[in-house]
Amino acid sequence: MKLKTLIVGAVTALAVASPALADLTFPNLTYRTGPYAVNGIPYADGYADYMTLLNERDGGIGGVNVNYIECETQYNTEKGVECYENTKGEGSLVYQPMSTGITYQLIPKATADGIPILSMGYGRTSAANGKVFSHVFNYPANYWVGASAVINHILDLNNGNIKGKKIALVYHNSAYGKEPIRTLQELEKKHGFKLSLLPVDHPGQEQKSQWLQIRRERPDYVTMWGWGVMNPTAIQEAANIRYPMENFIGVWWSGSEGDVLPAGDAAHGYKSLAMHNTGSDFPIYADLKKHVYDKGLAAGDGSSSGQVLYNRGLYAAMLATEAARLAQKMSGKADISPADMRDAMEAFSIDEGRMAALGLPNFAPSFSVSCENHGGPGLAAIQQWDAKAKKWSMVTDFLETDGEVINALIAEDSSAYAAENKITDRCG
Amino acid sequence: MLYREVGEFKTSYAADQQTFPIRFDKLAYFIILAFAFLVVPFLINDYWANAVLLPFLIFGIAAIGLNILTGYCGQVSLGSGGFMAVGAYACYKLMTGFPDMNLIICIILSGGVTALVGILFGLPSLRIKGFYLAVATLAAQFFLVWLFNKVGWFYNYSASGQINAPEREMLGIVISGPNSSPQAVYLVCLSFLTVLALIARNLTRGAFGRKWMAIRDMDIAAEIIGVNPLMAKLTAFGVSSFYVGIAGALLFSVYLGAVEVGEVFGIQKSFLVLFMIIIGGLGSIFGSLAGAAFLVLMPVVLKNVMVGSLGWPVDIAAHFEFLIVGSLIVFFLIVEPHGFAMLWRIIKEKLRLWPFPH
Repeated sequence: MKLKTLIVGAVTALAVASPALADLTFPNLTYRTGPYAVNGIPYADGYADYMTLLNERDGGIGGVNVNYIECETQYNTEKGVECYENTKGEGSLVYQPMSTGITYQLIPKATADGIPILSMGYGRTSAANGKVFSHVFNYPANYWVGASAVINHILDLNNGNIKGKKIALVYHNSAYGKEPIRTLQELEKKHGFKLSLLPVDHPGQEQKSQWLQIRRERPDYVTMWGWGVMNPTAIQEAANIRYPMENFIGVWWSGSEGDVLPAGDAAHGYKSLAMHNTGSDFPIYADLKKHVYDKGLAAGDGSSSGQVLYNRGLYAAMLATEAARLAQKMSGKADISPADMRDAMEAFSIDEGRMAALGLPNFAPSFSVSCENHGGPGLAAIQQWDAKAKKWSMVTDFLETDGEVINALIAEDSSAYAAENKITDRCG
Repeated sequence: MLYREVGEFKTSYAADQQTFPIRFDKLAYFIILAFAFLVVPFLINDYWANAVLLPFLIFGIAAIGLNILTGYCGQVSLGSGGFMAVGAYACYKLMTGFPDMNLIICIILSGGVTALVGILFGLPSLRIKGFYLAVATLAAQFFLVWLFNKVGWFYNYSASGQINAPEREMLGIVISGPNSSPQAVYLVCLSFLTVLALIARNLTRGAFGRKWMAIRDMDIAAEIIGVNPLMAKLTAFGVSSFYVGIAGALLFSVYLGAVEVGEVFGIQKSFLVLFMIIIGGLGSIFGSLAGAAFLVLMPVVLKNVMVGSLGWPVDIAAHFEFLIVGSLIVFFLIVEPHGFAMLWRIIKEKLRLWPFPH
């Protein structure tokens, strides 16, 4: 009898969870649990709070309420697929999977279903080639931009000559961590440094041997593609072998408060890439306080406000909702479809004036997207951790990266994908 | 009430050995099969197929495979994830190397490749037993995952180290890739499971199965009565790996479409499949399927109830999911240490005597 009630309950539960059609649905594949939660929580909170802000302050986008739904993936691709199938029926406008593995899964599926993907700063780098990837966007920056930005920064520090320098890449042994390798190898040929590769297996708590190797080889610089629990572990290990922190540069996914705080003062001087500005000195935080925090609507426990990844969540939500706004304008209707959303993302552009109006002045570079270029401007900055003040600060502007090398690689990789999947070039 | 019979009057070996000695069970089996093949395809959508049914069917195959090795032959293995990876990568290499080959043939050949690898890793089982064998197969698990991560040839030197299943058709119907319909992939997996389960059932009640069980119950005694332990153990490893390899190939080509070895075929997959057969029941085909259903469906049902209808925050729901699934496992193992299969057997015996148990 109990079993019967359970089954009946489950079936009704499935039936009751019906879509609300008149809303603009933004699903968020979160990971608030598991080994990547330390990074997943602030991002999800930022994303959710921005959506709440739009609903509370403006009544949604263009007068239509935002229907924000979360689905927990634990950064696991199979759960990610389940979440995608679960939420796509609710009229989801855009997917931001926040995981390179899940993005790889969703690229063919979402393209077949006609739903766009915005993988900002992660996912498949060669998706920047809009001629091949019709529904995938990875503006404003991608991994190869990141790899080039790291090398450019090292070049700057050495007056443009890094011949013979040793650079080690500590990376998450997955699609995510392997993405920059090819670019770094190309740059190795171009600039004459020596690259060594140190993979760290999921989840990333076991790094003793990698850092022992670093201690032995003494590379001049270490760069890291880490995520989740791997980041604080790596920074702690680097501190343990007394590696000079200012020579340790992480990607933008390895540079948030949760990564550096556990190492305490030893993390002072650690650098990472940045795709947007840090801190909470932006007018939008006043609005968030008034419309979200003070009403008790903040996502999570509210402690992540102002963190780097919280800002990234705001940025991700802002880029998605601005594209939805453009889609409303372009299609002339308030209740847009994923197809409208895709068209708008391809015609998307954002400038300093608009970001200032949104309460995010001087936050991120302005850029525009085109049919050929889904990857944005390819700009990245460097930020540095101040362990005494417990804050990140920008040490460079948003700088150009080596477009020549990156674009050649993007063309090569995307044409291989096009050949594999028999895709012909779009964009006339 | 359900079973209208009196006493047991079996006069031949055939009657004693039949799969469904009770007529009601036989009837139920055919009805369920007909329902699964003829009705379910009309009811499912992408969500049902991809989130519920495909993982159940595929892990059902893997669980039957491991049950042959662990449940019937008594060789504990923690290498299922690694063997699934062998199946997936073999399938990928066959699909990309021979683009014109039918996917079904690719999958069966991948099972064959996995069987060979399984036999290779089964060789130590002749010398080491029990927990020590589990550790040896654990080494296989880590070695295989490392191999597929390290050697570029296996993933055709792709930048990310991922493998992606190209689109393939059978009889004009797309059965892999993003454009495949949920009905098509469901029927492919269901057909594989049905055929493989039938083969497994017949293997286990035949000469092979009796040899395996003799080895499981006491290997020295088995040797004395004339069972060749080399053949018995290696065939068990081979057949088991064949099943697990097919599950891996299906998981990659039909279900996920893109796979990253460290994440999808990691040690947790080995444990998952092992838990399935422990909860379902060692040495039982039905148990394998029941265990797979429990561990695949339970989290999805719980999630839909807690997030979908109760509206809980996703993180709390995820934590509760662990708690509930974990405590249910403990509960079932306390109530019935021999798994769902034994539970079902006891219920059946009670029902056969009901309403006159004395």
